[in-house]
Amino acid sequence: MSDFPVIIETPVPTDTESTPTRRAFLGIATAAGLCYAGAIGYPVYRYLASPAEMAASETAVTEVTLDKAQDLPLASALMFKFGSSPAMLIHGADDSWVAFSAVCTHLGCTVKFEPELNRIHCSCHGGTYDPHTGKNVSGPPPKPLKAYKVNVGATNVVVSRA
Amino acid sequence: MSGLVDTEPAVDRSQEIELSENSRKGTGPVGSVYTWLDERLGLGEIVALARHKRIPAHSQSFWYYWGGISLFLFLIQIVTGILLLVYYRPGAEAFESVRQITYVMHFGWLIRSAHSWCANLFMFSILVHMFSVYFMKAYRKPREVGWLTGIALLFLGAMFGFSGYLLPMDELSYYATKVGLQIPASIPFLGAFTTTILRGGPEVSDFTVQRFFALHVVILPLLFLPLLGLHLYLVQKHGNAVPPSEEAKPLAVRKSIPFFPNFFQKDLAMWLISLNVLALLASVFPWDLGKQADSLVPAPAGIHPEWYFMAPFHMLKILGNLLPGASGEVVGILLFTIGLALWVVIPFYDGENSTGSRGRNAHYFGLFAVTALIVTTALGYWGIR
Repeated sequence: MSDFPVIIETPVPTDTESTPTRRAFLGIATAAGLCYAGAIGYPVYRYLASPAEMAASETAVTEVTLDKAQDLPLASALMFKFGSSPAMLIHGADDSWVAFSAVCTHLGCTVKFEPELNRIHCSCHGGTYDPHTGKNVSGPPPKPLKAYKVNVGATNVVVSRA
Repeated sequence: MSGLVDTEPAVDRSQEIELSENSRKGTGPVGSVYTWLDERLGLGEIVALARHKRIPAHSQSFWYYWGGISLFLFLIQIVTGILLLVYYRPGAEAFESVRQITYVMHFGWLIRSAHSWCANLFMFSILVHMFSVYFMKAYRKPREVGWLTGIALLFLGAMFGFSGYLLPMDELSYYATKVGLQIPASIPFLGAFTTTILRGGPEVSDFTVQRFFALHVVILPLLFLPLLGLHLYLVQKHGNAVPPSEEAKPLAVRKSIPFFPNFFQKDLAMWLISLNVLALLASVFPWDLGKQADSLVPAPAGIHPEWYFMAPFHMLKILGNLLPGASGEVVGILLFTIGLALWVVIPFYDGENSTGSRGRNAHYFGLFAVTALIVTTALGYWGIR
């Protein structure tokens, strides 16, 4: 690297005389830097958080209408989305109607209705729930499945927050 | 810079040694962390390098900032590009995903606008950088490779622009890409083949978007980044060139300033100005998203390539009108290629540190090139008014 022989400025400030102005400068520079960081960081954060915010507004859903679900055969289940999370409508062999969140309370896998074994089963860790009440029966799940209110109409089934 | 002495006057050196001794004798937690890192990473060498690096100071020093500005704008492109990548989906959903970015995601319009504006500022900045290097004759020995890598980076930058322009798949980008592909199509013999491969079929389609996407986010960065590394290494190795007028002066009257902190501060100020200009443009003039591209809808009026492609595009058009049939385009692309080739090899023609006839010829060639680019660009825009 080449060097140049004549010096017109030296970068060594003498501390005593420049301290007040330097402190002021550092203060302003820090404040301005924070403003820039905020002006860039805030939009970037909101941009990246957009899907999370959309999902949050979806969980504000209180009611889902399932068209033609009244024709669901006996001893079968219909999977649907309540807001952003999976849910199941079960038409029991005894013509009962129940709806639960289909999210396992253990680690969040989607559970499955097994009419032949009369249970709701989670394949991830073998947790089982009662298909009539959603109560956790065996395995690791700590809590029952969240239950929804079901209203069977002539043309549809309305599932709403209990 | 062969005539320059590689040492500095004793007076300055003593001061620097004293400074570095002080900072290395670091005590307390900061000092011991520094010592730990220095022993393993050799930070002292970098510090010493930064202390000794000097930048020539003269009437043309302003042009030294443009390489740094280009680098800064490129870094912004990386950051905004990664952010767009979070939601962009190439292929059939391309337009829908850009619509979502622009209208659904918070501040998506701003990030897309910043990316598009920054691409244009970047092209402008590297063109200024190139012409200032050219007219300061900074391509001369030993900086030939710096010049060649710079040209390659400009070419890759243009490819970035061309491939990125299609990605939203709106009407404008669709037709601009169709029209822009006329340039590779007019390459003699290989034109049709090259264009079909680039386009991924006989027409611009979802396949084109998919491969332009691969080009834009994987292939071009893979080529660009190592070249940029080499380019920056060479800048560091050879230092800043001085223009011939300055080189003619005796060493004793030439001036320079320390890179750190003096020039670095000014560099940062330039970056801040660039950032502010970009923020202003991106937020006050948000980049538009047109209607979804549809090959059955006739092209809207005034389709034209981006401004940095306007000159070659219009030169082809002029020659196409002057000469009959397809020969005009072929001659056009040949002339353009010859001009470009001469531009690239200029360090090997005008390589000596002299002000002889070769130096003058290169200068006139540069003036001719700038004039030709500006005139054809202006004519191109005049034509689509």
